[in-house]
Amino acid sequence: RTAAGVNAGHTLPDKVKIVEVGPRDGLQNEKTIVPTEAKINLIDMLSESGLPVIEATSFVSPKWVPQMADQVEVMKGISRKPGVSYPVLTPNLKGFQAAVKAGAAEVAIFGAASELFSKKNINCSVDESLQRFDEVMKAAKEAGVPVRGYVSCVVGCPYEGKVAPEKVAHVAKRLYSMGCYEISLGDTIGVGTPGSITAMLEAVSKEVPVSALAVHCHDTYGQALANILVALQMGISVIDSSVAGLGGCPYAQGASGNVATEDVVYMLHGLGIQTGVDLSKLMDAGAFICRTLNRKTSSKVAQATCKL
Amino acid sequence: MFEITCPGASHAKVTADFSVFTILTSGISPFYPEFVKIVEVGPRDGLQNEKEIVPTGVKIQLIDMLSGTGLSVIEATSFVSSKWVPQMADHTDVLRGIQRAPHVRYPVLTPNLQGFQDAVAAGATEVAVFGSASETFSKKNINCSIDESMLRFEEVINTAKERQIPVRGYVSCALGCPHEGDIKPSTVAKVAKRLYEMGCYEISLADTIGVGTPGSMLKMLQGVKKEVPINALAVHCHDTYGQALPNILTALQMGVCVVDSAVAGLGGCPYAQGSSGNVSTEDVLYMLHGMGIETGVNLPKVIEAGYFICNALCRNTNSKVAQAKSRTL
Repeated sequence: RTAAGVNAGHTLPDKVKIVEVGPRDGLQNEKTIVPTEAKINLIDMLSESGLPVIEATSFVSPKWVPQMADQVEVMKGISRKPGVSYPVLTPNLKGFQAAVKAGAAEVAIFGAASELFSKKNINCSVDESLQRFDEVMKAAKEAGVPVRGYVSCVVGCPYEGKVAPEKVAHVAKRLYSMGCYEISLGDTIGVGTPGSITAMLEAVSKEVPVSALAVHCHDTYGQALANILVALQMGISVIDSSVAGLGGCPYAQGASGNVATEDVVYMLHGLGIQTGVDLSKLMDAGAFICRTLNRKTSSKVAQATCKL
Repeated sequence: MFEITCPGASHAKVTADFSVFTILTSGISPFYPEFVKIVEVGPRDGLQNEKEIVPTGVKIQLIDMLSGTGLSVIEATSFVSSKWVPQMADHTDVLRGIQRAPHVRYPVLTPNLQGFQDAVAAGATEVAVFGSASETFSKKNINCSIDESMLRFEEVINTAKERQIPVRGYVSCALGCPHEGDIKPSTVAKVAKRLYEMGCYEISLADTIGVGTPGSMLKMLQGVKKEVPINALAVHCHDTYGQALPNILTALQMGVCVVDSAVAGLGGCPYAQGSSGNVSTEDVLYMLHGMGIETGVNLPKVIEAGYFICNALCRNTNSKVAQAKSRTL
């Protein structure tokens, strides 16, 4: 029998924290530019659904990511619900400073587990990118602002192909020891399966405590929920997802990207795991943003529910 | 029989029965089957739920393409009255027209003795019968109670035995019913047991409306495997709520090693109009192969068969793997 390497008898978490990345990761990968008020309305609706963390926007240059050009207005326009975090992406010190000025109370930085991906995406090696973030980490510490770290290409890279689990562990460990409170492991091109996800998590959890790990699965090959299930079985209790499955895959045009929050919540609730999320309010938010974008939802739960 | 207590988890016991590992707690097993048999239901269950009537020649070509992929079981058609299921009206022509590959079986649905006899006359060498775990679904779907349907199947199974034709049994609504809601695992177990004891060699447990999650799948299988050996069980998951792959994964962790699926995810859900139904064979294969589980099936050839039938149906594939492969830059 093939051993999946899971610690037998490891029970599922009672609670899972969902990190909603629709307004940032989702919208960033949608072609249609969404008006600022619609972004703010989306975030406010998501706040009402019970989500504890909503990634609001990204302080990158609008030259690179026009969708996020209204970053300051979005930050200032949302109604912050008490107890909910609204992290923003900050690729460098300038972005960090602008974010804090606009009222950000939490930020996120991005490293890649693949050298080629790092070079093609942000024009420097993985180590160089982590050095750039040193500045951000320092400033964040001084300002008392928590930092979340993302690792992309954790099981596969569009240029390099397979990615070694040890490399992922190395980058995750770096980010964690630099001071990131949580490391989100991203299957950027959605090629992971329960086999490769398990192997990757085994390597990473040797270097970073499981309680500080999250998974960010893409559903490009339909594997996201199965991958999330094995992650839960390995003790992971933080899941990234995107309302309505917003955000296609930039490496497989027309293919899906982020896993839909509705589908994740459906599975978790079916397992008796608490999330604090009201699924029907979440679906309302999904319906709203899909109308705005004039596109169909990528959530199967949303598709099924509105037709019964 | 021997028991291993897993370190660090006093509530978890692993009991070995011959070569089958059974996990008794909700703490999940690290073991997966080395080989999984895929039962391809696209040409029957898939097409039956597609609105477009597919020409006989296209059906035959689809099955012939699937026969060349390494699949060992392909459900070819259904000997129901064409009044009820017009898509399957050409059952005899299809069964006679396909090129049967050696080592591949072509079961057909036979709801009653008449259907069985027609199937055998047309050359069928394996058949399947469909029971339900829900009384209301049984009455609404085939106009009789579960018990009455079992009597009908008994006739089919006994006749099949005489002719040495193997019979596969299905239990629909295993994880939920569109009319009754939740279904008790013990009810599913009872129906599965009845079919198994009557002589079905394998029982496929179907999540007809796709509402199941790993939680309900686990409980249902725990109930059923008390009555039917795990190696005689299969899962038939629908992807209506996107749960099919995690449900299949859970079933594998419980020791199930037969999975039903449909090429290109053919077949919508008749209870949630416009929603998806069957899980895609391509997506299942991608997961299994990624886990190092063998299936004997060539994924690129299945993807090709999927493109063929989607072209013929003028529709997009439901398989995410097929979508991604066709668009990868």
